[in-house]
Amino acid sequence: MILDSKIPEGPLAEKWSKHKFNLKLVNPANKRKYTVIVIGTGLAGASAAASLAELGYNVKAFCFQDSPRRAHSIAAQGGVNAAKNYRNDGDSVYRLFYDTIKGGDYRAREANVYRLAEVSVDIIDQCVAQGVPFAREYGGLLDNRSFGGAQVSRTFYARGQTGQQLLLGAYSALNRQINEGKVKMYNRHEMLDIVKVDGKAQGVITRNLITGEIESHAGHAVLLCTGGYGNVFYLSTNAMGSNTTAIWRAHKKGAFFGNPCYTQIHPTCIPVSGDHQSKLTLMSESLRNDGRVWVPKTREMAEKVRKGQLKAADIKEEDRDYFLERKYPSFGNLVPRDVASRNAKEAFDDGRGVGSSGKAVYLDFADAIKRLGKHAVEAKYGNLFDMYYQITDENPYEMPMRIYPAVHYTMGGLWVDYNLQTTVPGLYALGECNFSDHGANRLGASALMQGLADGYFVIPYTLGDYLATIGPKPVDDKHPAFAEAKKGVEETVNKLLALNGTKTVDEYHRELGNIMWEYCGMARNEAGLTKAIGLIQELKADFWKNAKVLGVNEEFNMSLEKAHRVIDFIELGELMVRDALNRAESCGGHFREESQTEEGEAKRNDDEFAYVAAWEYKGDNVPQELHKEHLVYENVKLTQRSYK
Amino acid sequence: MNLTLKVWRQKNANDKGGFVTYKADSISQDMSFLEMLDVVNEGLTKKGEDPIHFDHDCREGICGMCSLYINGRPHGPKRAITTCQLHMRSFKDGETITIEPWRATAFPVIKDLAVDRSAFDRIQQAGGYVSVNTGGIPDANEIPIPKTIADEAFNSATCIQCGACVAACKNASASLFVSAKISQLALLPQGQPERYRRVQAMVAQMDAEGFGSCTNTGACEIECPKEISLTNINRMRRDYFNAKFFKEEEID
Ligand SMILES: Cc1cc2nc3c(=O)[nH]c(=O)nc-3n(C[C@H](O)[C@H](O)[C@H](O)COP(=O)(O)OP(=O)(O)OC[C@H]3O[C@@H](n4cnc5c(N)ncnc54)[C@H](O)[C@@H]3O)c2cc1C
Ligand code: SF4
Ligand code: FES
Repeated sequence: MILDSKIPEGPLAEKWSKHKFNLKLVNPANKRKYTVIVIGTGLAGASAAASLAELGYNVKAFCFQDSPRRAHSIAAQGGVNAAKNYRNDGDSVYRLFYDTIKGGDYRAREANVYRLAEVSVDIIDQCVAQGVPFAREYGGLLDNRSFGGAQVSRTFYARGQTGQQLLLGAYSALNRQINEGKVKMYNRHEMLDIVKVDGKAQGVITRNLITGEIESHAGHAVLLCTGGYGNVFYLSTNAMGSNTTAIWRAHKKGAFFGNPCYTQIHPTCIPVSGDHQSKLTLMSESLRNDGRVWVPKTREMAEKVRKGQLKAADIKEEDRDYFLERKYPSFGNLVPRDVASRNAKEAFDDGRGVGSSGKAVYLDFADAIKRLGKHAVEAKYGNLFDMYYQITDENPYEMPMRIYPAVHYTMGGLWVDYNLQTTVPGLYALGECNFSDHGANRLGASALMQGLADGYFVIPYTLGDYLATIGPKPVDDKHPAFAEAKKGVEETVNKLLALNGTKTVDEYHRELGNIMWEYCGMARNEAGLTKAIGLIQELKADFWKNAKVLGVNEEFNMSLEKAHRVIDFIELGELMVRDALNRAESCGGHFREESQTEEGEAKRNDDEFAYVAAWEYKGDNVPQELHKEHLVYENVKLTQRSYK
Repeated sequence: MNLTLKVWRQKNANDKGGFVTYKADSISQDMSFLEMLDVVNEGLTKKGEDPIHFDHDCREGICGMCSLYINGRPHGPKRAITTCQLHMRSFKDGETITIEPWRATAFPVIKDLAVDRSAFDRIQQAGGYVSVNTGGIPDANEIPIPKTIADEAFNSATCIQCGACVAACKNASASLFVSAKISQLALLPQGQPERYRRVQAMVAQMDAEGFGSCTNTGACEIECPKEISLTNINRMRRDYFNAKFFKEEEID
């Protein structure tokens, strides 16, 4: 199969407008004859479901939480980018495009990224109209800040709860459509398979998480908007329920998986406190605007800090190493996430980490408090400081925060073309669960932008083209393909419930996480990755022998829910490792130790690896087949990233 | 720390339910309350006993999915946090901790500690929005909003829809939750066109869901993890009476 990215012809800045014009439209009177299934109600799913319903389509939307508003988009703190240039500081659509391509280390598609930058401005207008209370200045206009490595202030925010406010906006639009009867909402439902009829996606199989009922739902198209798969590492900043099940099962039904190994490790998270740790908490990266990152200059001093013999405040200015400011004078503490994370790891590897485990570096606000006053710092970061205090019992107004990198975002996901369609016709992927737009590394405040761009402004156009092409023939869940898919799901359920070994599902998940973090985390190498494949295969075999899953299907059953998610994470883990092994270059969040510059910075290899790795499923326990989508750069020149 | 837990167990909505006592031993002070329950659940699972079901997701105080009535208080003993943000250092070694679900007619128990809060969604669906479609929107900066108003609207908008206000209220009233959404939109210029329609629709749905009436006790404000203030309820009442006496609009 040849991958066709369907990138429109023509100059970059005109591609999207031209494409929109060329796309087929669905006759308004016919729209109500179509049903669209939307899995997930985060920014991508809620915005898509609401916008499609407004156009007149019937929508069935699903989420596994008890309310669509609880999707993990709710947890995004820092902000959302848009090329509004309200600051007059030189921002433009082109600059946002350029920054995103460069930030993604030249592994994203130009056309997609340009479109993203282009529609970013509409997102802010849309959200404000819905009543999203963004931060404002005294003059009543919107405030901005600079965020995560950007040299212009293009980030819109709502205190430290931007994701919450944006999601509530999309949720309110969704509610309006539910009220009007255009969206039927299924809470506490988990999608466990897609259904294909004549090669096209025409439905899903779900499990009602309360009653256990396995249900069939038919539709003319299926949109997966199911978020990131960072929980493959067990510990991450994702929510406990975040999973890969929907996209993984779609992958097994023919959707290629793009760049699975691209993972973002976020530099500013609260360090692990013990084995009981169930998830990690992110401290927004906006903190790096005013906080300064440092560790003690010497190992001896760091050792004393770890033993509690020395306090941060007692370390003199000249004994501190502000390593980001030292190594990257022009970007300082605002270097991109991958660079900041790797440097924190280096400090730890060098024996200069702080905190009892040594797996932490300081993020210090003393200077900011001196410069701006405590009140101003509180106004900007108050809720983050409170959150930190709750978790660690330490007051960041008085002592520096301790932070350490944690898995945060997955740039990889289902491969999609310019229309956001996967390799299965009628199956689309939006938001974090697709691979598009961010290349090998995502810039801060760009995921919210992408989720909303996909849902509000891209899919309403591109989906119409597909629907117009297939025509409004009724779809029916009585087709034998549904019974077959349903049977497959039931068999998996029964196989899981039959497991009566000695180890809990969580134990397997934790073990998988350890393997992934150790061998496929911040730094990767051939030997480690090769070893990891073996370890994961053993883990999988062991799971199907020794795991313990309790209860019956026909009840609210946490144990079964987790088991479904963990079997998929195990299989995905293996593919991630294979992808990381294949990509023998460093790029963005993917750092191969074999490929670095003399100064120890990531070294890309554009001659061999300027492509998207799209993996095709070939069957149980058979390695996936690699397909390459070569990336063509017509507008930007590929350079080695430098933040010096 | 070693603790004794008295946990409400109830197989499903039809089961009568009752307390079961568990030991939670070797608990670290740094664990969150839910991590402590994870440890207990791991132990139960190993023994082949059904783990204690509770709702949770983000575990950072923002999704509103966690609940739990701990020692007689929604979200436990500390103010302005959710259960998932509560840490074991807030308890004493040897303590007995009683854990119950939210109790309210409008929030039926699903299993153990998990309850059905879909009534809240239905109230929002009745009118908790500004009726704008996607696209064709004027530039965001065409609507200047005084910072103080925007900040106040934001304060109301931080409600996480957890339901602690209902659980705390002796009447199981949902007024704090409902008024927070109404206030947010009533404060902002974008919310004006539908202001009076909205308040009537949402209050009507709140009553239809079987929540009790507000008698100004103020327990909700004290227990609300996001410190949503009673002022919101006053605003909702003002708008409601205004709507009913002076501006009644048809609501369908
Ligand atoms: C702590 C944190 C902070 C962040 N801060 C920022 C920020 O400041 N700026 C920024 O731009 N980005 C940020 N991000 C990233 C950004 O929030 C996410 O990438 C984005 O919100 C994902 O949105 P989504 O709609 O794709 O998925 P989500 O919001 O994760 O939604 C997934 C949806 O899919 C549903 N679902 C999943 N699996 C299934 C299934 N099998 N069956 C049925 N339903 C299913 C869920 O119920 C949910 O509704 C942050 C991320 C985290 C974790
Ligand atoms: S008002 Fe407070 S207690 Fe009530 S639902 Fe909202 S956040 Fe929870
Ligand atoms: S689990 Fe999300 S608020 Fe507690």
